[in-house]
Amino acid sequence: MRSIWTVTSADEWPDPGGPCIFAAWAAGPLVKFGVVVFPGTWSDRDCGWVIDQVLGAELQYLWHKDADLKGCDCVILPGGFAYGDYLRTGAIARFAPVMEKIADFADRGGLVWGICNGFQVLCEAGLLPGALIRNSSLEFRCQWTNLVVERTDLPYTSQCGEREVIRVPISHGEGNYFADPATLSRLEQRGQVVFRYCDAGGRVTNSANPNGSMHNIAGIVNARGNVLGMMPHPERCAEVELGGTDGLKLFRSVAESAMKVLVS
Amino acid sequence: MIARVIVTPKPVVNDPQGITVKQGLATLGFREVSDVRVGKYIEVNLEAETEHEARSRVEAMCKQLLANHVIEDYRFEIDMDGHKRR
Repeated sequence: MRSIWTVTSADEWPDPGGPCIFAAWAAGPLVKFGVVVFPGTWSDRDCGWVIDQVLGAELQYLWHKDADLKGCDCVILPGGFAYGDYLRTGAIARFAPVMEKIADFADRGGLVWGICNGFQVLCEAGLLPGALIRNSSLEFRCQWTNLVVERTDLPYTSQCGEREVIRVPISHGEGNYFADPATLSRLEQRGQVVFRYCDAGGRVTNSANPNGSMHNIAGIVNARGNVLGMMPHPERCAEVELGGTDGLKLFRSVAESAMKVLVS
Repeated sequence: MIARVIVTPKPVVNDPQGITVKQGLATLGFREVSDVRVGKYIEVNLEAETEHEARSRVEAMCKQLLANHVIEDYRFEIDMDGHKRR
């Protein structure tokens, strides 16, 4: 049986730069994150580090051949080049045995979070609409970006402020979000755009768009709000040593949301 | 037999590779080029009793894997006498 440790405010979370990050977790880890590892995944250890070393939550790596999600509360599809990105990014990964379980889990309302290559896999699998195509610059872009958070009612963003601008790095060659006009207008009408590339002041401009994404889209959620895909890497900005901690807000949001489910 | 499948970006999809190749051709003096689209060519060696059967199987392959209908169009021809090239 899991122990329950309730959080009343964000201030109670362990400080990512603090000396004793585990002290606040004396009651034991509560939220279990699953991190999927495909052949060619490269951000699995980065996500794992944030989950168990920074956040202090429970971590379970899920091999692509696993046909069981091992009781995870949130499954992360991390960045990388799953199956070498052969044919198209994410095209082969979607046939991995673990993906069938992830689709069932998403159907039941489970939290599925695709980051970078994970976002591409979710689009190929049909769990999110649209596709990620080659950056309009044709360059692989590895840089910091500013994102305006357009939804704060989601399990992934509850620790963010209303229209807060967060600073998160990108690292991709194919992050140019494309959807047909009908899909795009449906996404906008339903408020499914969660993150948009913007300048430091929160203005959504062409020059702040690093890859040519339609409507400056950096991340979207499904209609139900449990499947999130985003190109930027929150796991790479979760400690002061890495130049920013905004990414940790998303991990904390998930942890807190999952706890609410456990407590209620 | 061999199915020769051609996958191209849909006309509405911006094709930065095509634009860049077009610019390269213009630099080389091929001013007559008005548009370039870069796609994929896929050869599939397969067994089928009839051309009709092969067509329906390759159609299914395109829909399920070879092309992403959100961003790509596909077309293919079936070569009944085609032999596997090495």
